[in-house]
Amino acid sequence: MSKSLKLYGGTALGAAALLAVAFNFADRNITPLPERADRMGEAPSNPDLGFIAMARAASEPHGNYNLGRMALPEEIAAWDLDVMPDGTGLPEGSGDVWTGEEVFIEKCAVCHGDFAEGVGNWPSLAGGDGTLADKDPVKTVGSYWPYLSTVWDYVHRSMPFGAAQTLTVDETYAITAYILYSNYLVEDDFVLSNETFLDVEMPNADGFIVDDREEAEAHFWNTEACMSDCKDSVEITMRAAVLDVTPEEEEDAAAEPAAAEEVDTAAAETEEAAAEPAAEETAALDPELVAAGEKVFRQCKACHQVGDGAKNRVGPQLNGVMGRTIGGVEDFRYSKTMAAMGEEGQVWNEESMAAFLADPRGYVKGTKMSFRGLRKDDDIAAMTEYLKSFSD
Amino acid sequence: MTADKKSNGASRRAFLKGAVAAGGAVAGAGMARAAGEPEPLITEVQEWASGFGEGVDATPYGLPIRFEDDVVRRNVEWLTADTISSINFTPIHALDGTITPQGCAFERHHSGAIELKKEDYRLMINGLVDKPLIFNYADLERFPRENHVYFCECAANTGMEWAGAQLNGAQFTHGMIHNMEYSGVPLRTLLEEAGLDPAGDLKDKWVYVEGADASSNGRSIPMDKALDDVLVAFKANGEALRKEHGYPVRLVVPGWEGNMWVKWLRRVEVTDGPVESREETSKYTDTLADGTSRKWTWEMDAKSVVTSPSPQSPITHGAGPLVITGLAWSGRGAITRVDVSTDGGMNWQQARLAKEGESKALSRFYLDIDWDGSEMLLQSRAHDDTGYVQPTKTQLREVRGENSIYHNNCIQTWWVKESGEAENVEVS
Repeated sequence: MSKSLKLYGGTALGAAALLAVAFNFADRNITPLPERADRMGEAPSNPDLGFIAMARAASEPHGNYNLGRMALPEEIAAWDLDVMPDGTGLPEGSGDVWTGEEVFIEKCAVCHGDFAEGVGNWPSLAGGDGTLADKDPVKTVGSYWPYLSTVWDYVHRSMPFGAAQTLTVDETYAITAYILYSNYLVEDDFVLSNETFLDVEMPNADGFIVDDREEAEAHFWNTEACMSDCKDSVEITMRAAVLDVTPEEEEDAAAEPAAAEEVDTAAAETEEAAAEPAAEETAALDPELVAAGEKVFRQCKACHQVGDGAKNRVGPQLNGVMGRTIGGVEDFRYSKTMAAMGEEGQVWNEESMAAFLADPRGYVKGTKMSFRGLRKDDDIAAMTEYLKSFSD
Repeated sequence: MTADKKSNGASRRAFLKGAVAAGGAVAGAGMARAAGEPEPLITEVQEWASGFGEGVDATPYGLPIRFEDDVVRRNVEWLTADTISSINFTPIHALDGTITPQGCAFERHHSGAIELKKEDYRLMINGLVDKPLIFNYADLERFPRENHVYFCECAANTGMEWAGAQLNGAQFTHGMIHNMEYSGVPLRTLLEEAGLDPAGDLKDKWVYVEGADASSNGRSIPMDKALDDVLVAFKANGEALRKEHGYPVRLVVPGWEGNMWVKWLRRVEVTDGPVESREETSKYTDTLADGTSRKWTWEMDAKSVVTSPSPQSPITHGAGPLVITGLAWSGRGAITRVDVSTDGGMNWQQARLAKEGESKALSRFYLDIDWDGSEMLLQSRAHDDTGYVQPTKTQLREVRGENSIYHNNCIQTWWVKESGEAENVEVS
């Protein structure tokens, strides 16, 4: 901490000096960027700045300004993960279709469905072949994606949603193999590896052309735009009001969306919490704690719903969760561990909820919940109180 | 305070609606004047003219006054599965000028808006370079800097309108756009710092740029663009980027689709070909009527829209002087001219540009008319300095069909009724 403070102190002084220079030159004409500024002298050494010193050790003179430091091979290996269409960048490894199915159902099916068909608005990854010229094309890995490298790369770096970069190389090969299988592109005994990668043919590989607007739409470059009597008559052919899909402006102040909620301070939240019927019914609840919990719950909203009409989303709905059997929402597919805890008769109470919220993956090994947990005990207490305010 | 704020916002909207429902009749002040009675607002000493307002520092960083609390970004929930990977819309119907305030500039995230401290920020340049380098934030501030105003438009702006008029408001049809003044370092400077000799002939080389968030959104950019005007930006409109726009550092790719403006920029790799990432194959490719798809459609075609009057910004003052205004832009250069039609495209007149068009930045246009109170079919048509003229939706469909999703730059029509209300329509 003190190191970075010192560092920024130095930067501020530097900025002040620059400002003075800028001021002196303020009445002159604008000058272009220097093509090549004089190389900076060696920065004065400062033993307190540990990481800077390290960086300098790894640096060699470079470029026009000698700024920055050499990237270390381990650092490049950690970040340079992209895979090119010809397979460049693929690490050694392999995975088969059946392993892929297991991993997929465990980690991907919540959004993409057991058969990669997609749940609700989440992307479907399979099917749709032959639909690209239809009124509503179904674009999936099988019907649309031109390169298999894209699938492997994206799954490896960006999936699962909310827990990116947690899949192993072999798991990634296996999931990719399963997605191919779901699209009938490989047989069930197929093993995908860095060796077999280029054997797979993607059906829509030739379905793309490079931007041809300047030729295909050359007639839009038309400096002679018509100014008068351009057509004989004009009829309205379609109205947005007929479809009626525009979000409604909220008339009811209490239902004002996020903007008001975020701008305002805790006062508003206390008010709202006090007005909750659930809070009134359960006399034992501490309204301030409930309000604080509502704030903490924002971190959970992406996956969990609670309150009137709450439905299962990425995570189960949480009405009545306190006192409920663990893994107890019927139509939600829990991890094996969590389902087993429920079968043993374990229940969500203050103790189990606190342990889970503090370290989700530690408390329920293999949980699908990718949340890292709440660090502060106060937040856990507030969250528990908030959840208690939603009985079934 | 809070209750005041909310009820005030709601009542203002109710007033607007009420005024419109009354057939454009002028409420309040105008009526009083018509009756010949002096206005108490003037004849009586008002509270604000006698007591105190707020002292300095009441709000160390100011927000818009509460009367403007309806000028906010809005989301269309049915568009996406989850707000974590979604988009919202700039309230362009309520703004004027060309600079978009950061606080209401649209957001597009693929894995949510992350919080990344300057101290934790690192930028890697690697691939076909002499010396792979790591810069920290303080390093970036020591390179010579440039300032430029550019628009950033999501390729999917107006994408919901391909098959027909759908969303009733300029914010929803055209609000995936913002326009800011960026301060930053040319990407060229950073690439040259790492040295491009190993890349050899730069003609067929690319850079792959990626962000630090969990989506690791990555795009391939041809080297000639990377060396031309791409900016590694850390300030917008004079202050730090907002979290939702990629604090502390984002890429600015002038004139090209917003998805390439990678936020939380963490790596630039010089490559000998495009990576063909998820965002440049499965998304941001434009499917034509025959099922083939265009890729690498990076440039944003010239486009314009009347922002007022429009469905969210009806005429509430009745007949008489009316300011018709809107925005125009082109990813290929500067706007040279905007035409406006009040009769659905039968006749056009040239609008007034607030100032000379700037390359790859928004232009504001005005047409000041004496409205006779009859209904209008309002349209605008942009021209850019390459000679491109904004096409009609029919013209676009003739070439592209209805399934392109992206790059819909058609002429927009608002049906302004005698009441002053407006609706999104399509015309023959």
